[in-house]
This record gives sequence, structure tokens and C-alpha cells, in this order.
Amino acid sequence: MTDDTDVTLSEETPSFLAPRRKQLLVGRRAVVASTVSTVLIIGGLVAAFYLAPGGKVVRQDYFNLHYMWESLVGNHNKALFSVGTGLLINIRIFLIAEVFILAFGLGLAWTRMTRSPVLVPFRILAVVYSDIFRGIPVLLVFLLIGYGVPGLQLGYISNQSPEIYGCVALILTYSAYVAEVFRAGIFSVPHGQILAARSLGLTNATTMRRVILPQAVRTVIPPLLNDFISLQKDTALLSVLGVIEAVQAGTIFQESRFNSSGLVVASLLFLVMTIPLTRVTDGLIARDRNRRLATT
Amino acid sequence: MTEVILQLDSVIKRFGDNEVLRGITLDLHRHEVVCLIGASGSGKSTLLRCVNLLETIDGGSITLFGQSLTDVRVDPDKVRRHTGMVFQSFNLFPHLSVLENVLVGPVRALKRKRSDVVDEALALLDRIGLRDRSDEYPDRLSGGQQQRVAIVRSLAMRPALLLLDEVTSALDPSLVGEVLDLLRDLAHSGTTMLIATHEMNFARDVAQKVVYLDGGVLVEQGTPQEIFSNPQHESTRQFLERVN
Repeated sequence: MTDDTDVTLSEETPSFLAPRRKQLLVGRRAVVASTVSTVLIIGGLVAAFYLAPGGKVVRQDYFNLHYMWESLVGNHNKALFSVGTGLLINIRIFLIAEVFILAFGLGLAWTRMTRSPVLVPFRILAVVYSDIFRGIPVLLVFLLIGYGVPGLQLGYISNQSPEIYGCVALILTYSAYVAEVFRAGIFSVPHGQILAARSLGLTNATTMRRVILPQAVRTVIPPLLNDFISLQKDTALLSVLGVIEAVQAGTIFQESRFNSSGLVVASLLFLVMTIPLTRVTDGLIARDRNRRLATT
Repeated sequence: MTEVILQLDSVIKRFGDNEVLRGITLDLHRHEVVCLIGASGSGKSTLLRCVNLLETIDGGSITLFGQSLTDVRVDPDKVRRHTGMVFQSFNLFPHLSVLENVLVGPVRALKRKRSDVVDEALALLDRIGLRDRSDEYPDRLSGGQQQRVAIVRSLAMRPALLLLDEVTSALDPSLVGEVLDLLRDLAHSGTTMLIATHEMNFARDVAQKVVYLDGGVLVEQGTPQEIFSNPQHESTRQFLERVN
């Protein structure tokens, strides 16, 4: 910069208008735009489904209302199982597994975080456990437990129903995930909370129970519910062990009627089961986010 | 002078290669208020945390009521029940009401019956003028109110001494006064306190002894008059000039 350069502020009046293409759509224009795009996209998808070369066959094969109803309620005379009744098994397994997963997952998380020298082997086991069960496909866990454990001929343990083995497979797998969710929640509590609790003379365990866990649970609920949505769906894997739950009932229907409408019914029933939980989870996440935005 | 309840002898603390306390020797008598002054990083906070066993020391000894805290048989939880600590960032428990925050120590650590402690807790809250806020959650209170609740939470344990770690440093200037007033009040009623602070006027008013730390070394200690009016060391003089 030379000595005679005179730096002054601009005297021009600037324009802040965006070019028309970049202007945000508001009011009536926004309504029109969203309506048009919705109609185009949804209409396109429906049209593709109707106009596809095999569309008619697929509609007959998957969406036959008569067969859909028959598969939903079952047909005792034709030895057709009800998909609806099958879903009750899915729900029951989900509810039972959920309780055990919460308890076992929390136990695993706790074990991994303990400092006691006596518990070192358990800590190592917990790490190995979570590596194994997060690493093996759920389907394989089902097959290994469902067919392996009975093969061991261990008396009582080897003489359980496939439902029990399926339930155990779900518990083993999901506990590993849930433990990680719990751990993340526990780590999210600020360190100052631990210092404050310990300096009041609270023991390690009391600090965990009274100070850390109550705060961790709040942050952990949305991801936990996410895992449970996934768990609800994975109860369908019980079908590989021969349990006649919703999917298996649909498959049996398909094999005797040569029609897949039962599988669509099963899908719809799963949606009915999962969507409420999905909505609740998203609602909680949104509420949590709003609260955080409001406080900062 | 009353009995010595806390003795630090050549206390050394290292974080890796960094020696943050380099042989601190210090006595604290019952009913005495000692203020630790010095720049950030001089070791004031670390010293307090060592007394509370939140940090383990690497050399020297700390003796509380004649018992060595470095003894492996010592239960840190029992020590901490007698050495209340208040932090710069309050650290109130956000999921508990103000009253529950005050109750949690006596009920969960001392295993006293809740019904026996409630009146005491309310009386303490009354003392800081927050009795009518006892059912609210900490995030509804101002910083000064939160810090006063944190002090009262420690007091509810009836500790033998109170460790205060720069308790006004995170506060708006307008809220510092109410917290210092509470500490003055406690000092006058004979509470034994070890206070790390940047508030020189406060230290001059309440301390029986002022201790100047620099780089983990106890440079000098004495009465407020001695330290503030007639510092013996060049580094003390420079520090006081910088902060005034």
C-alpha cells in the first residue's frame, strides 16, 4: 500500500435482494409448490407401480384382498395359520426380550466401566462379549443358538422351545448394542457431576445410581427406543427356527396358496406395531433438541 | 491458636512430566480461614483437590486430624464427608430440586433419615434466603443463587473444613457479592476454610492467613497485612501489582 492510497468506506447503498431463483417460497407460492411436487412424486411412484410390465401380476400376487383377509385371520380347515395371531408371538417375544435386554445391557455397561481390580476378568469378558455379538449377523446367532444348544444335549437347557432360543438370541445380540448406548449416555454426564458427588462423600456405586444414571437415562432414551424399533422387526427371525410368528405364517400361506399377499399383510402388521414407537422416538428427539436450543 | 487440623508437608503432585505442586508445606487450624492466591496454573486448585483426595499426591504427606491421608487403608469417601468442597462451576445436580441437592449428602452418604435432615436443610436454605425456592430445579436459579446452594449443599454434611475452589470465578460480576457475603458470614461464625481465590479484597478481609503460590511453589505466607502491604518476595510483589 502506497502512502497516497486513501482508504475510505463505501458510500453506495447496497441491494440485498436475492435473484428470483434463490428467493425463498412463501405464502401461496409455497403451498402451490409443495402440492405440485407431492403430486408429481407420489403420482409418479403409483403410476410406475401400475404401468410396470409385471404390475398386474404383482398386484394379483401380493395385494389380492381376498387372500390378504384369509391370511390375516387364517383358515383352520385348510391348515392355514393366521398372520395376525402370529404377530401376537412377535409382540410377546419383543416384550419379554426387552426387559432382559435392558437389565443385561445395563449390567454389561456397568461391568465395562468398573475400576475394581477384582473385576478385571469380567471387564475383559464384557469387551469380548460386545465385540462378538455386535460382529455376528443376528441371523447366524439365531441359527447357532436355535440348533446348536439343543444339539449339546444338556438336559434342561437343551430341551427348550424354539421361542425360548429365539428370545435368547435376541437378548444376547441386543444387549451388546444397548450396553453401548448406556455407556455413551453415562459418558455424556459432565465430569463435574462426578466430582461434586464424590466430594460429598458418596460412594462410587451411589454416585452412579443417584447422580449419573438419572441424568444418563434422559439422553439415552431416544437411541434406546431406536434399538427397540429394530428389535421389534428382528423378532421376525424366529421364523428360521420354525416358530409360526407373523412372517412364518405368511410364508406358509404363500406356499399353500401360491400367493404372497400374506407377506404384505405381515409387513403392514409390523408397520402398525413399529410406527407408534417410531413416532414417539422422533417426538422425544425433537423435544430434546428444542430444549437444548432453548437453554443455550 | 486453636489446634491444627490439616497439615501439608512437602506435598508433590505431578501430571506426567509437569510438576504442579513442588513441595507445599502448610498448616490449617480449626476456625481458621486461609486464602490461596496466585495466577491461574499456580497449583491452587490442585492443592484443594489433593486435600479432598480427588487427586493422589506423588510425594510428601497430608495429615487430617492426625491421620495420614496417604495411608492405603484410608477410605476416601470417609475423608470427603469431613472436607466439603465447592467448585468454580457449581456442579449442582440438575435432575434434583434445590432441596434434594442439599439432602443428597446427608441422606445418601451419611445414611441419615430424610425426615431428620429436612428441617436442617430448609434452615440452611433459609439462611441464604432461598427457602421458598427449595422445590425448584437448579437451572431456574441465577449463578449466584446456584453457587450459594452448592455451598449450603456442602455445609449440610457438617464438614470439619470447607474447600472452596475459585467459587466466584464463573459468576457475573454483579453476582459475586452475594456469594462472598455468604463466605464472610461463614468465616465470622468460625467455619474453617481453605479458599482458592482471585478476589484480593475478600482475602484481605476474611483471611487469617494468605498463601501465595507461584508455579507450584509456596512462595510466601503470612497475615493479610504482611502479604498485601509488605510482600517479601519479588514475584509476590509483581503478582499483586498485576491484579490490582
